[in-house]
Amino acid sequence: MAQLPEELRYSNTHTWTELQDDGTVKVGITDHAQQELGDIVFVELPEEDRSYASGDECAVVESVKSASDIYCPINGEIVAVNEDLKDSPEHINEDPYGGGWIFRLQPDDEAELNELLDAAGYEEFINS
Amino acid sequence: MQANQSAAKTQSQPARTALYDLHVELGARLVSFAGFTMPLNYPAGILTEHHHTRSQASLFDVSHMGRFRIQGTDAMLALESVCPADLDALAPDRLRYSVLTNDAGGVIDDVIIRRAGSDFELIANAANRATDEQWLDERIGEQCRISVDEHFALLALQGPTAAQVLRDLNPGVDELVFMQAAHLPLAHIDCLVTRAGYTGEDGFEISVPIAAADKLARRLLADSTVQPAGLGARDSLRLEAGLSLHGQELGPTISPVEAGLGWTIAQTRRADGARAGGFPGSERILRELKQGPARRRRGLLPEGRAPVRAGTPLVDEHGTVIGHVSSGGHSPTLERPIGLGFIETQALDSNTPVFAEIRGRRVAIALTRPPFIPHRYQHSHS
Repeated sequence: MAQLPEELRYSNTHTWTELQDDGTVKVGITDHAQQELGDIVFVELPEEDRSYASGDECAVVESVKSASDIYCPINGEIVAVNEDLKDSPEHINEDPYGGGWIFRLQPDDEAELNELLDAAGYEEFINS
Repeated sequence: MQANQSAAKTQSQPARTALYDLHVELGARLVSFAGFTMPLNYPAGILTEHHHTRSQASLFDVSHMGRFRIQGTDAMLALESVCPADLDALAPDRLRYSVLTNDAGGVIDDVIIRRAGSDFELIANAANRATDEQWLDERIGEQCRISVDEHFALLALQGPTAAQVLRDLNPGVDELVFMQAAHLPLAHIDCLVTRAGYTGEDGFEISVPIAAADKLARRLLADSTVQPAGLGARDSLRLEAGLSLHGQELGPTISPVEAGLGWTIAQTRRADGARAGGFPGSERILRELKQGPARRRRGLLPEGRAPVRAGTPLVDEHGTVIGHVSSGGHSPTLERPIGLGFIETQALDSNTPVFAEIRGRRVAIALTRPPFIPHRYQHSHS
């Protein structure tokens, strides 16, 4: 079974978001998503300082089988990327909500997080 | 992100192999492939299954492969009229890798041919079953009897411990060398065992009656060195071994010479051979053997870590397209991206630097001769 931490917000494009104390938002892909993709062998990280709109392709994760786009869950500017993934993309499989985070962004409007799914909503979405 | 596995949709319900229940029990991720429900991978995952095959042994269900029997007094000559092999020289229970060519000199399918007494048996790609059957029927259906044999499941046991695993069931397997077949009982089940495979490792393919397939598979999996592996690892293993996949390195417009399979055109079938030509597209294929083809298959080593996927154009330093990637992915053994592709001979002759565009970024591609991992076939008795 895929883990779905209650404190996170989820997009219907299989990313999770976590509001940080400094007002930035950490983003990664869900446990369900990493299970579906299988072993991840490469991550193309977004560009720092670049702004993305919600729904923009901002990163790519490549599994042994295929490449999958990651869509930015809310509008914002990238303030940090997880450099560890360059050498250890498997962190996404091993710890999708921890060491497998992909980027942090400064949201244009923190309230957008409220429009994302909660754990129950995302669970319903992936089971539908 | 798109997390859906896009499985090939077939019009009718996909068929199940004799090992379907076992796959489900083992927790396989099942996908629809060439009209069959097949395991893409098991819970261990593609990378682990890949490494396990190189270090110990993996059991693959390859029952989706097509199997044709060619019978009749003219079977040999009939079969030679659709492929460039020397079947007269093929000894009983020896296997020959060959290609069914079309009139344009392209490849309808790549097949393993076995001489079975006065008959011949063809093992063909699952996705080409119907095409092959129609082609064979059209071209040689009047000279011989062609039948589809669906009595057997096909299991592949691949990896360095495969021989030891089978030896425990029947020491007779030691008599087999690479590309040789024998009827051998395994666990009291009559099987046809061939020493062949699609991973670059020493290994066997075992034809087993459908009713006994599950029992044999479980017996093989009971060995402490054997784990199940799916189509995902099968593809990454064959790519490292530099083995062609029909639909990617081989196809109706790609000649065997372009694809690096000039060696499948037997000496006797070449321009000055005893039975020269006489197979579809021989004019183009024999000409290319002599003068060289317009493009050639090469191994690709992309710079950096990003895999270069099939279909990506290959360009020169000016951005002019000089070829394409036919297969590309991550090599678990080398821990780097690898690929196979076709490049214009002219560009190869002038050592033109080769690049691929990955998401708007230009990546340098070093060319190499496959395989990426040396083959470990058992060519002689140990």
